[in-house]
Amino acid sequence: MLFLCCALAAFLAFVVLVLIAKEVFEGAQPAFAKFGFSFITHQEWAPPLEKFGGRGLIFGTLITSAMALLIGAPVAISIGIFLALLAPVSVRNVISPLVEMLAAVPSVILGFWGLLVLGPFLVSTVEPFLHDTFGFIPLFGAPQTTGASIFSAGLILTIMVIPIIASVTRDLFMAVPRELQDGAAALGSTRWEVIRGVVLPTTLSGMTAACLLGLGRALGEAIAVSQVIGGGTESHLSLFKTGGTMASIIALQFPSAVSALHTASLYYLAGLLLVIGVASNLLASWVGMRFGAAGGAMR
Amino acid sequence: MTIDDQTFDHPQSSNGVAPIPGRRVRIRSEPLPGAIGSPAATESAAESHVHIAPESVFEAEKVGIFYGKKQALIDVSMRIRRGQVTALIGPSGCGKTTFLRSLNRMNDSVPSFRIEGKITYHGHDIYGSGVDTVEVRRRIGMVFQKPNPFPKSIYDNVAWAPKNLGMRSGLSDRVEKALRGAALWDEVKDRLKDSALGLSGGQQQRLCIARAIAIEPDVLLLDEPASALDPIATGAIEELIHALKGRFTIVIVTHNMQQAARVADRTAFFSLETRGEKPIGSLIEFDETEKIFGSPRDPRTRDYVTGRFG
Amino acid sequence: MSLFRRKVEQEFDPTQPLVATGNLGRRHAVSRVAQGVAVVAALAAVAVLVIVIWAVVSHGAKAINWTFITSGYPTGIGPYLVGTAEIVAIATLMAMPIGVLIALFLSEYAGRRWARPVQLVLDVMNGLPSIIIALFLYILIVAATKQQSGFAAAIALAIIEVPLIARGTQEVLNLVPGAQREAADALGVARWRSILTIILPAASGGIVTATLLSVARAAGETAPMLLLNSLAKGDAVQFNPFHEIPNVPVRIFQLSEEANPEGFTEAWGLSLILIAIILALGLGSRFLLNRSKRKLAR
Repeated sequence: MLFLCCALAAFLAFVVLVLIAKEVFEGAQPAFAKFGFSFITHQEWAPPLEKFGGRGLIFGTLITSAMALLIGAPVAISIGIFLALLAPVSVRNVISPLVEMLAAVPSVILGFWGLLVLGPFLVSTVEPFLHDTFGFIPLFGAPQTTGASIFSAGLILTIMVIPIIASVTRDLFMAVPRELQDGAAALGSTRWEVIRGVVLPTTLSGMTAACLLGLGRALGEAIAVSQVIGGGTESHLSLFKTGGTMASIIALQFPSAVSALHTASLYYLAGLLLVIGVASNLLASWVGMRFGAAGGAMR
Repeated sequence: MTIDDQTFDHPQSSNGVAPIPGRRVRIRSEPLPGAIGSPAATESAAESHVHIAPESVFEAEKVGIFYGKKQALIDVSMRIRRGQVTALIGPSGCGKTTFLRSLNRMNDSVPSFRIEGKITYHGHDIYGSGVDTVEVRRRIGMVFQKPNPFPKSIYDNVAWAPKNLGMRSGLSDRVEKALRGAALWDEVKDRLKDSALGLSGGQQQRLCIARAIAIEPDVLLLDEPASALDPIATGAIEELIHALKGRFTIVIVTHNMQQAARVADRTAFFSLETRGEKPIGSLIEFDETEKIFGSPRDPRTRDYVTGRFG
Repeated sequence: MSLFRRKVEQEFDPTQPLVATGNLGRRHAVSRVAQGVAVVAALAAVAVLVIVIWAVVSHGAKAINWTFITSGYPTGIGPYLVGTAEIVAIATLMAMPIGVLIALFLSEYAGRRWARPVQLVLDVMNGLPSIIIALFLYILIVAATKQQSGFAAAIALAIIEVPLIARGTQEVLNLVPGAQREAADALGVARWRSILTIILPAASGGIVTATLLSVARAAGETAPMLLLNSLAKGDAVQFNPFHEIPNVPVRIFQLSEEANPEGFTEAWGLSLILIAIILALGLGSRFLLNRSKRKLAR
């Protein structure tokens, strides 16, 4: 009896997942019928004209997530190293909960802070500096008047993925067998050599999975991004212009969609997001399983 | 705990100054006293020439070790000689591994670890201020109870530490030499790029020894290196210890008395002694291996080596 | 060993003082730099947390007073707080039993063969963007009934909570000593009885912890609220879950979209209260977790 309930609950979770995919793809059907796969490559997103192309939004999603991962992953892994391998227990017991607190800050509050505090700061100091110094790179174009930009969205996402990756990698590093580290230390290696030579290679697959987890979070974040990115739908090379991501445009436009096709196009975006999200999740789990064995054998 | 054999009759070697400062020791080119002649004869010769040759590698003086409030080891004094194999035996929990790990400061990573007394290495206080623990471990290598090869290729396991130390020229020769030195070369020469985790337990342990000797340390500490292995692999390890003797000063912890009798020049017997309320590990007797197993002075040693222990 | 003997001189002199020799000085420097980077990274994360919290506290404190907390729109936020509590409570009531049952299935019944796919389903569910869950329920409930509702939002939150509760529970279930299970099995106690009377009580602390954490996560979820439950005005408390229920996250989001300084002040105040609740839940769960782990370790 209890077994039946348990199995049923597990099955329910599976059914919900399938239903989600089914409903989202069904919702996207009208848009798919009209645009087909060219939706992905078309730039123009003009609801009043019934023209919908996702390229700018896909671009915005990829560039903000890439920024979050490029900045966030090294920082987060460093934090994981610090917490698991360098900090004394007393320091770890203080900093670890703080990092988890950062993960617990709701995205709507982070986005609100980004809108009122981070954005204005970026546009008044950081962006002009980057533009003056690296302006020859198209990424660092002229700053806009408000702080809303792809750049702020990327930074907000960075702040969101850091605690996720940091806490996963911290647990990974703490699971590296003591004997393995002792073995390296007994060969006259410095702390960093032990980390670089033994800890990081042993946990490579886990770190990759952690980064994919963070990537999934960044790709799908709707609220905070929609608050700070400015709501554009075009793709710009400059990070300092406004833009949009697939998830953020759904949050911004779905409640006030102007037509059935508009709604369907938003579902189309969601469908794409679903495919990318599930793929990165499966990839993370596959990487963890396929390449985790090397480190796992010692445990 | 005073044992006649290891009384300190040359204070200059334990006051932090090497008897002959700046003397370059050429271990490889010198005949080693521990490896030739009868041990007893060597011993008396060493005592009379004490001002010329720094005989001992380690000198422990009234060493006590604590983990937090718990005392693991009390009042250990002993001298470990260069080029010899010294075995530490005794029942489990007697502090022999703790003592071994304190010789290259592997206990430092235990947060509540504390040591009193003094351990010198070639006359230098191992726990003195300004001592570089990485340098300590570079000179004093260690092989652990459980084989712990890195999850890398066989080649990289051995090459890793020399690379760190900047020994990049002739690296593959060095790897080959180390693997030959650990009697592993013939078994792995065709699969150096394979993962070390695919080796058998005995091969893994010999790989760990190869890894340790690749950087040519002065001392090798072996912490029950054969306890996780089957009898054939154990025999291979013992042969290897014989082969390495003279090249390195070796200190080996073992719970296997026959093993100590087979490989060691000198043997130290540790046991749990009740001091006050709790039993604390202490050194009971330290002497030539034949004496420890043939005619031990202490009745506790006799009970242990004849199997009447506990 | 002739290989070694042939070599005349070794690389270092072991009788020299135990200070860095050869390239060790440089290697120590590299190590120190790397460790410094790690320390700076950790401090940066803490600094960001402090800056965000400080902004919320310093701005939010100005907004908060008795009227603000107790009255409704437009002077206060009472109905939003009550509404969020209602929705999260409904969601948790649905999610907790399902999450615990799935965890039991994974740790007590599913062999290797079934554990993997179920685990995978949980992982995918956990990684699902909440906006997609919201879109799903929009079609299923809001579009079908032509009525936004707190209930629809609660289901979305439940879908978010289930994998969190399941994973947290599973972790403590794994800590329950195998000996306890075997003892029960040896006594011929039926499996379900031993689960209900021995294993679940032992894991109860962990279940509560996981639930508190999932509540903290759900309370701040905005995307499902925005699509499923965003039309309530907030002038009065709404107890009917099949209507729009005013709630905190949507209110903050809407205020942040309006360029209105007074609205911003209200949003800071709401943020402060929400963040205080979430952090309190987080700290409470951590405390409980440590306690129950100690209990299990004994």
